[in-house]
Amino acid sequence: MAVSEQNLSGNLAEGFNAIPADGRPLAIEARGLVKSFDGTRAVDGVDISVPEGAIYGILGPNGAGKTTTLRMLLGIIDPDEGVRRVFGHDRPHDIGRLIGYLPEERGLYPSMKCVEAIAFMGALRGLPLKEGRKRAVELLERHGLGHAIDRQIRQLSKGMAQTVQLLGTLVHQPRLVVLDEPFSGLDAINQGKLEMMIRALADDGVTVIFSTHVIHHAERLCEGVAIIAGGKVPYAGSVEAARDRIPAQVRLETRAREGAWLSFLPPETRRNGDFLHFPLPESGIEPLLKGLIEGEAGILSLSIERAGLHDAFVAIAGEAAARQLQADSEGAAA
Amino acid sequence: MTQQTPRSRLSAFEAAWVIARRDFVAVLFSRAFLFFLLGPLFPVIVGGLAGSIGGEVQREAVSFEVGLAMSPDDNAAMVAAGEGLAPQLGQALPLLRPVPEAAGDPAFDARAFMEARRGNYAAIVTGTLQSPTLVGTEPQIARWQGPVGLVAGHALAAEPTAFPSVAGEPVAISAASERTTRIQTAQIAQMLLFLLTMLLAGMVLSNLVEEKGNKIIEILAAAIPMDAVFMGKLFAMLAVSFVGIAVWGLAAFGLWSAGGDAITQVTGFDPANLPAPAVGWPLFIALGIIYFAMAYLLLGALFLTIGSMASSVREVQTLSMPVTMLQLMVFFLAAYTIKQPGSALEMAAIAFPLSSPFAMLARAAMEPELWTHALALAWQAFAVLVLVKGGSLLFRKRVMKSGGAGRDKRRKALKTA
Repeated sequence: MAVSEQNLSGNLAEGFNAIPADGRPLAIEARGLVKSFDGTRAVDGVDISVPEGAIYGILGPNGAGKTTTLRMLLGIIDPDEGVRRVFGHDRPHDIGRLIGYLPEERGLYPSMKCVEAIAFMGALRGLPLKEGRKRAVELLERHGLGHAIDRQIRQLSKGMAQTVQLLGTLVHQPRLVVLDEPFSGLDAINQGKLEMMIRALADDGVTVIFSTHVIHHAERLCEGVAIIAGGKVPYAGSVEAARDRIPAQVRLETRAREGAWLSFLPPETRRNGDFLHFPLPESGIEPLLKGLIEGEAGILSLSIERAGLHDAFVAIAGEAAARQLQADSEGAAA
Repeated sequence: MTQQTPRSRLSAFEAAWVIARRDFVAVLFSRAFLFFLLGPLFPVIVGGLAGSIGGEVQREAVSFEVGLAMSPDDNAAMVAAGEGLAPQLGQALPLLRPVPEAAGDPAFDARAFMEARRGNYAAIVTGTLQSPTLVGTEPQIARWQGPVGLVAGHALAAEPTAFPSVAGEPVAISAASERTTRIQTAQIAQMLLFLLTMLLAGMVLSNLVEEKGNKIIEILAAAIPMDAVFMGKLFAMLAVSFVGIAVWGLAAFGLWSAGGDAITQVTGFDPANLPAPAVGWPLFIALGIIYFAMAYLLLGALFLTIGSMASSVREVQTLSMPVTMLQLMVFFLAAYTIKQPGSALEMAAIAFPLSSPFAMLARAAMEPELWTHALALAWQAFAVLVLVKGGSLLFRKRVMKSGGAGRDKRRKALKTA
């Protein structure tokens, strides 16, 4: 078993799929995960490694295979092929007390009181009921739901119920928190609160892995991401490395529309209104600037922008996946 | 670099306990459970009321009075003879009353009197002591002809008959008839076991629908093994069933204390007359409770699996019909074997897990050996485990869409990685 462990993590650490572990042990490692439903491959060879204490995002449009991947990592379903390890265990149930999970489709017993629902979720992870109730009261009060302690779940708003379930995910103080689309259904204020909670967890050394189809959350929060499209993972690694995979973009505004200066622009240049966009040439900005000035472009403004995660996503997953992601994101916001 | 964290999980028992505790409390403190408890009491209460009212009406409507339209002396002699025979014959004799309308009317026509629906007599006696005539409907004549003749004969006797006192000396039941009488106990116990499992095990059928509908099943499946979920749910419902049985038992005891005699009179059934089972009443009752638990767990595990495959309450309702038929078949198999002890069919009923508790309870009524029960209970417990394990595997595979690789295949992959 020790040999296979070394091989597994060694292969992953050397590949581009890993984010720098900096000597940290891996909380999650998966290789070649495959899952088919009714003959269709929902997940097709996913490799992921997440060091302990990292915030990790699984990014992709709806139906890309994010939830299936998370369910396999948690042991809810078994992969058809491949290997998964959580804290070194290939059976995630063996370390059930260390994991907190918020599923995409929220589930709570409607007749349960908030405090009981949270304590029950803790009990499922080995927290004694009495201690669970005590912590539930503390958590509810800390998150502004002190008035709802004895209210039944069915009496809560959707946002409140979602918060209660999130608190139930955290009540037993897990070392790994897995959140499936945690931001969906939350308003902007609650999304901000959730981001703060996720950062606070990571500050306490908790590993957080979440799926999302909203790139901004991943960009703001994550140390590493896995991009999933069509069941495959074309990229898994650090956010920085993803952004570095495409060159910085130059945004240029000129007085002149025609002239010799145009010949200095790279062939990928796109016009968008008064602005020209193109990747920063490998030779750097100085030769380009010289050409523009000598060619009398009449530079009104010029800025160099580092590529965002969205650009990286477009470059890695392709335009079609990016468009679908955008549509999902807008649908969720609406 | 992976460091293996020490195992940190709930044991299967602890996990099942968490589920069982939640389900038990949730069911017990729901309003629906109150109706569930009252449900079986409704027919008992309604039946009791209807029975007592019906009995009262019947007592008023059915007349045991036979009118006397003979000469005044003969009337008096008949009344006196009736009273003389009453201590020995009790209700076998009619109440004899002279018909006032006939007194002093030699032209009294009993037939016309009865046809005019006057009076409230079952029949009217005319004629003389030597030659009495009973006027009434055919059934009433058939019923009272003998007793009236006896009373008339007694009235004609020169001296009152002296009846010797008959002493009673009860004997233990004979060996030859023992088996025959214990069959009654076995049949009643089996019927009770069947009724209770039929009433109560059906609850399990829809037990996972809530979790599936609310998506709570995802949280449960992520936290604990599915067989612990199944086991917890089964035991929770078993505990709920015991609460129900305790409540109904207490209600039945109260009802019996209040009007046991009346119930015996109406139903003609007196539990005190039931032949003692071969293993004795205390052990028989204990075995009854254990076999109920086993029957419940066995059927419940099956129902839970079937119910877990359903995606809606409507589907569960549709499934309840074949499930009820299955229960009936199991019961009939066990009931059929009562009169065939030691036969291959009885052995089959004992070996087939679902009918085993029924067949073994009947056996406890008929045979005194106890080791067979220990063996059967071990077998039934094993069958429960197999059914729960199989059910949870099926649930994971069909509903959670898990499985495929299998543990061995994954381990092999792990080794070659």
